[in-house]
Amino acid sequence: MIAPHLPALIVVVPLVAGLVALFLGRGHLPWLLTLLVTWAVFALSATLLGRVLVAGAPPVEYAMGSWPAPWGIVYRVDAVNAFVLTIVSGIAAVCAVFARLSVAAEIPAERWRFFYSAWLLCLTGLLGITITGDAFNLYVLLEIASLSTYTLVALGVQKDRRALTAAFRYLILGTVGATFLLLGIGHLYMKTGTLNMVDLADRLAGLQSDRVVLTAFALIVTGLGLKVALFPLHMWLPNAYTYAPSVVTAFLAATATKVGAYMTFRFLFTVFGLRVTFDFLSADVFLIGFSCLAILVASVLAIRQNNIKRLLAYSSVAQIGYIMLGLGLHNHASVTGAVVHVFNHAVMKGGLFLALGAVVYRLGGATIGELRGLGRRMPLTAAAIVVGGMGLVGVPATAGFISKWYLVAGCLHGDAWPLAVVILVGSILALLYVWRVVEALYFAVPENPSLPVREAPLALLVPTWVLIGASLYFGLHATFTVATAKAAAVALGVGE
Amino acid sequence: MEWFLQYHYNYLIYVVLMMIGLYGATAKPNLVKKVIALGMFQTAVFLFYISMAVKKGGTAPIYWEALREGQPYTNPLPHVLILTAIVVSVSTTAVALALVIAIKKEFGTVEADELGEFEEL
Repeated sequence: MIAPHLPALIVVVPLVAGLVALFLGRGHLPWLLTLLVTWAVFALSATLLGRVLVAGAPPVEYAMGSWPAPWGIVYRVDAVNAFVLTIVSGIAAVCAVFARLSVAAEIPAERWRFFYSAWLLCLTGLLGITITGDAFNLYVLLEIASLSTYTLVALGVQKDRRALTAAFRYLILGTVGATFLLLGIGHLYMKTGTLNMVDLADRLAGLQSDRVVLTAFALIVTGLGLKVALFPLHMWLPNAYTYAPSVVTAFLAATATKVGAYMTFRFLFTVFGLRVTFDFLSADVFLIGFSCLAILVASVLAIRQNNIKRLLAYSSVAQIGYIMLGLGLHNHASVTGAVVHVFNHAVMKGGLFLALGAVVYRLGGATIGELRGLGRRMPLTAAAIVVGGMGLVGVPATAGFISKWYLVAGCLHGDAWPLAVVILVGSILALLYVWRVVEALYFAVPENPSLPVREAPLALLVPTWVLIGASLYFGLHATFTVATAKAAAVALGVGE
Repeated sequence: MEWFLQYHYNYLIYVVLMMIGLYGATAKPNLVKKVIALGMFQTAVFLFYISMAVKKGGTAPIYWEALREGQPYTNPLPHVLILTAIVVSVSTTAVALALVIAIKKEFGTVEADELGEFEEL
């Protein structure tokens, strides 16, 4: 009975749960519901991924309310979005385990149910964006995700009141981005008379150069650029990640920008199509240009940061650069690298921010001063930070190496060896900012040696190490992730 | 140009409104003014959608008699889409104003340049 409605359930279950969570009182019940729902959604997404990855299987389609495409809203799941759905729900499930203690420490008890409600709605939005095959539906779900994200960021106010100004800034820029997207989708509708993505792709493929399509393209790329925080449109990101509650930072860093990257893939590769995007509009020129700037400038900025959350936030901006670089190069190896980096970065950065969450739980903050000498006092948490950091550098045997391998292969395949140099320089810069953290952890004397600091509780350590362990596991056994990313690249129209 | 102004002036108005909104949302230091400008910015887009649906001499698609006589009708879909976008815009304004209230309570000001002193860059 459930099987045919699987795609709808992925969105409906967290949506309903988000409402129910409000009425579960002030205890831990809203958390329990979130935990159950995220794991259930993860199971559903994994099932769907298994169904899509069967060789030669067509994309799974689901017509909402049985209204057929292109009139009704359809969900269309191929290897690309099934993979992203699994990433988003998997990270949400792991973060949900972490959330109970971390949220209890950072948010007053009377706000817990609002927090979990907003979180479930945010998850609904992110999953909905990923699964839908309708351009306008995507905009609506994007706003659901964004509005709940602003709330989640602002809930960090008890720890640091600057969470409010960070959330406000994010709200202004996020809304401007989403409205650009809405306007772009309007232009596409004006030209083609359809909102269904497959239908749009069909009708746009027949068009030669056209000013309305060009306008739509410019608006959509700008809007998406704000949402993925592609340099120089990243101004909202560092503050939002720094002042949000720890678990929210981990969740957002691992999922929100990844879903943004997915949207960019979907619009540029599927809706506009490779021919329009790269042959007519030469989007690769500015995508690659801004990506290189993102990698270099954001990495340099990361080196100077003293708050480690902010350091990792700038590192995220740089990592988005890698994903967009792979996208801009649009050959099989580079797109495989970009998609696999979506997964690998989600796992590494999620794990790193959870480890910082554990530090904040014990010490109340995560500046470089507070990290001093922590290697001896919180050995497991510190080790997690080191392993995650190695992944960001791209040391062999970590997941980060796999993505960079394919990205460099993509650069060489596209006869663009200077871009391979940019990736290498980016890795060296990453080594510098990770080294600052490692130095503080192991080679510095604690600021306050008399302060009793114990290792983080298991409820925080286990989820952290699940993600960090996954980044090691998928660094050594990359068969599954790379095979899925290759299937995704083929689904995006970039075959070998 | 004259033809454009005569028949498509609402597109011109939407662009002007939108740019005023974008300017206000980014350049005005007062947070409440930012929210107002953001509302303008979004409303301009609604105007665009509604303009796009118009058909010369078009009637509402529920007047059966007129339709049977072959009179063209206005496309209802953009109206429906924009109804959704209006709801989104109202929610955004609500969240934004809630944040402004919280900011006023915490910092005692809603001027971005005064708030800037608290921010670490």
